[in-house]
Amino acid sequence: MNLIDFLIRNRKEVLQLTFEHLLLVLLATGAAAVVGIPVGILLTRRASLAKPVLAIANILQTIPSLALFGFLIPILGSYGIGRVPAIIALFLYSLLPIIRNTFTGINGVDPAVREAARGMGMTDWQLLTQVELPLALNVIVAGLRVATVISIGTATIAAAIGAGGLGTYIFRGLRTVDRTLILAGALPAAIMALGADFALGSLERLLSLGSAGAGQRRRRWVLGISGIALGAALVVFLISGASSGGGARVVVGSKDFTESRILAELIAQTIEMKTAVKVDQATELSGDLCHRELLAGQIDMYVEYTGTAFTAILKHQPISDPRKVYDQVKADYRSQFNVEWLEPLGFNNTFAILVRGEVARRLGLTTISDAARYAPQWRAGFGQDFMSRQDGYPGFARTYGLRFTEPPREMDLSLSYQALANGQVDLIAGNSTDGLIDKLGLVQLEDDRHYFPPYEAAPIARRQTLDRYPELGGAINSLAGKITNEQVRKLNYAVDAEKREVREVVREFLSQLPN
Amino acid sequence: MSESPERDARSIVDAPVSAGDSAIQFRDVNLAIGGKTLIEQLRFDILRGETLVLLGRSGSGKTTTLKLINRLLEPTSGHIKVEGRPTIDWDPIELRRHIGYVIQDIGLFPHFTVERNIALVPRLKRWPEEKTAERVRELLGLVGLNAEAFAHRYPRELSGGQRQRVGVARALAADPPIVLMDEPFGALDPLTRAELQREFAALTRRLNKTIVFVTHDIREAYTLASRIGLFKDGRLVEIATPEKFAASTDPEARAFNESIN
Repeated sequence: MNLIDFLIRNRKEVLQLTFEHLLLVLLATGAAAVVGIPVGILLTRRASLAKPVLAIANILQTIPSLALFGFLIPILGSYGIGRVPAIIALFLYSLLPIIRNTFTGINGVDPAVREAARGMGMTDWQLLTQVELPLALNVIVAGLRVATVISIGTATIAAAIGAGGLGTYIFRGLRTVDRTLILAGALPAAIMALGADFALGSLERLLSLGSAGAGQRRRRWVLGISGIALGAALVVFLISGASSGGGARVVVGSKDFTESRILAELIAQTIEMKTAVKVDQATELSGDLCHRELLAGQIDMYVEYTGTAFTAILKHQPISDPRKVYDQVKADYRSQFNVEWLEPLGFNNTFAILVRGEVARRLGLTTISDAARYAPQWRAGFGQDFMSRQDGYPGFARTYGLRFTEPPREMDLSLSYQALANGQVDLIAGNSTDGLIDKLGLVQLEDDRHYFPPYEAAPIARRQTLDRYPELGGAINSLAGKITNEQVRKLNYAVDAEKREVREVVREFLSQLPN
Repeated sequence: MSESPERDARSIVDAPVSAGDSAIQFRDVNLAIGGKTLIEQLRFDILRGETLVLLGRSGSGKTTTLKLINRLLEPTSGHIKVEGRPTIDWDPIELRRHIGYVIQDIGLFPHFTVERNIALVPRLKRWPEEKTAERVRELLGLVGLNAEAFAHRYPRELSGGQRQRVGVARALAADPPIVLMDEPFGALDPLTRAELQREFAALTRRLNKTIVFVTHDIREAYTLASRIGLFKDGRLVEIATPEKFAASTDPEARAFNESIN
């Protein structure tokens, strides 16, 4: 599917994400202007403050955005993900250019003008409002422009903490190795950045004195006003495209990989089909964000895997009996979190140790033990999750006596598939239900020593939500045991490899499901 | 108002003065900033209606003296009285609106038209709009600029001489009894400068203002002054009418006088 088709077919979602993106940027830079301009002015009045304040703003801006989000998560507690930390981070990044430009703009006013103003009896307030600010305005607007453009770019990364915006497409595209999706996120963001740059740049030139004659100035006015009108029209268009109604609503969350999105869509469509409750989705929640959002009440339910809950969240030692694992997590979640495990959907998504098909055939590899002999000549690449979790790399390497030419590279899960296919690494740990396995011609090696615990997928929901809408439990449980490993692999393949719409794929699947 | 201030001022020079004749009085004024002495034991009077030219080399304390008058600087010790009242008892804003101020770099507001620049102090003083507009027209005429042609131009659309005329008009706008001028013609070419000096000399004779004029140019001092005050290293070393100044035995005064002979 090409980009234009995609944008037209997903018009509503594109507009929704664009609007979210714009909202993040406007709120953050707006707040930064409200704080930064007065601070910049204060610095011109208290010269001793200028150096330390500018230094702090400078340091804030050098913190990598992902790291900044990381810092904010524990500080903000239950607000640690979603829009709040995204806006705070963008706000902090926007402060420096705004403070600095306000400060230098005002200090750049001709000292003779300032002396004349004071000598003629202007109060400090009159000097500021009638002389310094009007003369520094173009420099201040230049600061706003830099801040806005930085924010539009950085806001794409905010999708990593569930803040929405156009980054959602970019991350989804990276994960599914889908250039169209990456472009669908990057292109509107780039257009937005260029548009903001142009509009604020025009405003800046309009405000700068000394070069423009009267006629030129009028033409610039026309340009500026039509730019603003266009922007306003776009905003109205976006708002009308993105509005949604009220009524009984629940929020289904999903993690930052295709399968989780498909399962969330499955739950969402089932609920909307069988009950009157409307469903919103919160997507792209990476790491344990789904879990935290669920506890914080930001989302009502999501599909979790028994093994993940057992080891990563409850911190139990991995065991291999699926029934025991399920019973244990169900009991623990109920008592610890007031969260209910519903019936498992039927498939087991365990770690899949993958090699290139051509290598497997050439060397006759079928099990992990087979591969362990060749590992010393290989490089491995693993996702952050696999490297750090209880049932991940350390135990895995111990169980099979694995050693590679160099320590495994830690990389994004979706990138590791690409790296394996391209021969940059020789062994990765993927997911057994992953559609990319077929698409990239990879082979899954058998876990012959039964190291990996079971990862049965099951919907989990807040007790409060289930009590409030009692019809939900039955509706969701109608999916119990309905999805096999093969089916979920096909669903994943339809989305990852065939680039089909999640919504459409799920609708098709549900229509074929016997009731 | 109808009397010639020039003659008036000269006639009383060197005579003992009573406070009633003085627009500005310096009494034992010292100023040190950051441990550096800028002004030392300044004690003199500026008479009502005279044009006192403060002469001296760069850094001798002329401009500093000017800024002490409108309280852009405050003395370390001693006091300055304006209209009989110490400057530290004046509200500084009130004081400055009472005194016209022209500086070498003019300091016209680049984002204001000529009209708004001139009308600045009247508007700060909340004059009625009609009176202000009338005053702007009158002042543009006074400094030799056509109101129709210049009122709506921006400073960047003016020549150096025209800007300086606007600067003078702005300082006179609210009809202040005292005008401070800090090398207002310093940056102009010699011809424009001579022209403005001539016109300004005629203007001051008509206006009956107390004018304190700073320059390092001895010719300019002789052209404009009813009295000349000579500064050296933060001290006032001579204050006299031009005739007496020409005959002064002070070494610094002789050095200045010899430079034009």
